[in-house]
Amino acid sequence: MATIAQAIRLALHVGETRLGVTDILGEDVGPPLGGVFTVTQGLKTAWNSPLDERGIIGTAMGLALAGQRCVAEIQFCDYVFNTIDLLKLAGSSHWSSMGQFVLPMVVMTPVGAGIHGSLYHSHSFDSMMTHIPGWKVVLPSTARDCYGLMISAIRDPNPVMFLYPKALVRAQGKDKIPGEPDNPRTLSKMIDAPLGDRSSWIPNWPVLPDFSIPIGTANILKSGCDLTVVTYGRHAPLCHSIANKLGDEGISAEVIDLRSLYPYDWETIASSVRKTRRFLQVNEDGAITNFGEHLIRRITEELFYELEAPPKLVAARAIPGIGLAWPLEQATVPQPDDVEQAIRELANLSA
Amino acid sequence: MTKTRDREVWKSLRGIPEIYQNKVPPMDALRVFDIMAKARALEERLRKISKTEHGYFWVGGTGEEAFNVPLGLLVQKGQGPAFDYLHLHYRSGAILTAMGMPMIDAVRQMCSRATDRFSGGRNFVHHYSIPAWNVVPVSSTIETQYTMAPGTALAQKRFGGTGITIVNGGDAGTSEGDFATCLNWSSIPGRELPVLILVVNNQWGISTPFSEIRGEQTAIQRCGSYGIRWETVDGNDPTASWNALSAAIAYVRDTRKPFGLEAAVSRLHGHSSSSGGARVDEPDCFEAFKGQLIEQGTASEDQLETIYIGHEDEARKAFETVVREPLPTPDTIYDHIFAEENSWQP
Repeated sequence: MATIAQAIRLALHVGETRLGVTDILGEDVGPPLGGVFTVTQGLKTAWNSPLDERGIIGTAMGLALAGQRCVAEIQFCDYVFNTIDLLKLAGSSHWSSMGQFVLPMVVMTPVGAGIHGSLYHSHSFDSMMTHIPGWKVVLPSTARDCYGLMISAIRDPNPVMFLYPKALVRAQGKDKIPGEPDNPRTLSKMIDAPLGDRSSWIPNWPVLPDFSIPIGTANILKSGCDLTVVTYGRHAPLCHSIANKLGDEGISAEVIDLRSLYPYDWETIASSVRKTRRFLQVNEDGAITNFGEHLIRRITEELFYELEAPPKLVAARAIPGIGLAWPLEQATVPQPDDVEQAIRELANLSA
Repeated sequence: MTKTRDREVWKSLRGIPEIYQNKVPPMDALRVFDIMAKARALEERLRKISKTEHGYFWVGGTGEEAFNVPLGLLVQKGQGPAFDYLHLHYRSGAILTAMGMPMIDAVRQMCSRATDRFSGGRNFVHHYSIPAWNVVPVSSTIETQYTMAPGTALAQKRFGGTGITIVNGGDAGTSEGDFATCLNWSSIPGRELPVLILVVNNQWGISTPFSEIRGEQTAIQRCGSYGIRWETVDGNDPTASWNALSAAIAYVRDTRKPFGLEAAVSRLHGHSSSSGGARVDEPDCFEAFKGQLIEQGTASEDQLETIYIGHEDEARKAFETVVREPLPTPDTIYDHIFAEENSWQP
């Protein structure tokens, strides 16, 4: 099955051939490289910008204001922080102009740890980004979801922040994207640029039928009745795997991949918590002022009398950065043991 | 392959090519005066409102009329890439007045009324949003407009036609990297963009003089490093401003390449009402032009005074109307957070 990198590339191809995308811009997104994670290889509207994140976001805003459709890439989310005021401006322009201006633009950027990325290739951006109203924010964890949500992001008339887990970018999905070849090797031969000189290479795109995943819908990865685990991004497959393992021991965890952080699928979360009466949120952003804290606050306020145990958050340590040495990274961002321990504790707690 | 530019070309980047200077249309001095008077009368009224219970904060462009009125008159006004895009800042009232903005529109925003067509009472005065004229939302974040200008200009270059992007900001904000972003993205070899890059230099950033924190003589001379043609002009002189703007705009329309123009202007009432908004002793372009028209025999002092009084009267009446209009209601705060799904179609 397709990797996340291939899935995003396929969606961008559909975007520029069927959905009106005029520009895919960012550092190194155009030929010859096609993105440091290869997600923009072979795309006809991809072009290399100056190494200037503020220029990338600002130009994307200008393109959107002038009726163009663009997908802008910030190479690592660690480098998007100096554009915060522009992101705020993009998110507020529709509101401040009383709906007179729309900014249909997508910004995509890889997030999270797991690739030995040290201080400036390991950041998360979900908590920060969900503090900027006027944006829709997605963080899918599978190739199929990346494809479907990128299509929805391109179609959306609002600015959409498309975050994707860099540690999973080359992981093959289990579910096929409608239209992708059955054999992953076939897909690779069709759309992966060759090594070396690729100046005469042209991708052979598969025919892809209409398919998208609506922004704001979660995916229940595993049903369960003892506790609810809401997660997203890199930790979605991790939580799923641990829940399967603990299921053999009689702990029945329901695992929800949120996929969209704003708007988020409150109905699915609330319905699950009403059933399991226990709530765990897992993500890899810093633990203080964390997006998971918002979910816990809302659950506490709205579902307090449904709960049988205090809600719990497993997130990264709130320290200045993620150290390069593997023991340092492991001690900083949630590891499988942390998640497993949290699930065990929560399943056995009574209010 | 490494691309380099011919250093010889860089030496001659100051100035507007003669061919464009020779095409400058004559300026209708009385019309320019009339609009300058209107813009001044409006600004005076807005400033006064900030001292009443009907307005909170005033920031504006008193002293920039001689540059801004010609600019507003030269804009190719309309909606979409065939027309000029304007990325303005909060001292651009005279530009909008010259483009035809009714006074009452600015008064409504000053008084944060529900009838404010730009922001529905959500934003400060002179924070315009006018899709019909390609005036994109003005923000209090100085210089961010310079990062957006290449985007609209790229759309225009792709579209064809003669529409250009005009970006305007103050000298203090050019310290931000966003100014360099505009210069860089507008001048990529082979992908130059039709952007008129304007700086109105009043020599102040709130309370800090330009000379105290800047080593450059002008901000716009940085254009030379990017291979962009540039020039300076006395922004207190409407005729000089008209001529420079006409030629610079013609250059950008024709060549589809950027041009930088810096205008030396006055700031007659300080930064904003936050510093009191009191009158300061700097050259007043409006009074100077008035004296010039009288001296040249174009009009009498009484005629010019009558014009100003007429605009003052209109501004007062606009205020009297606006104060009877409602404020926005609390239930509207959630309006327009997101655009509807069908508001954009490829």
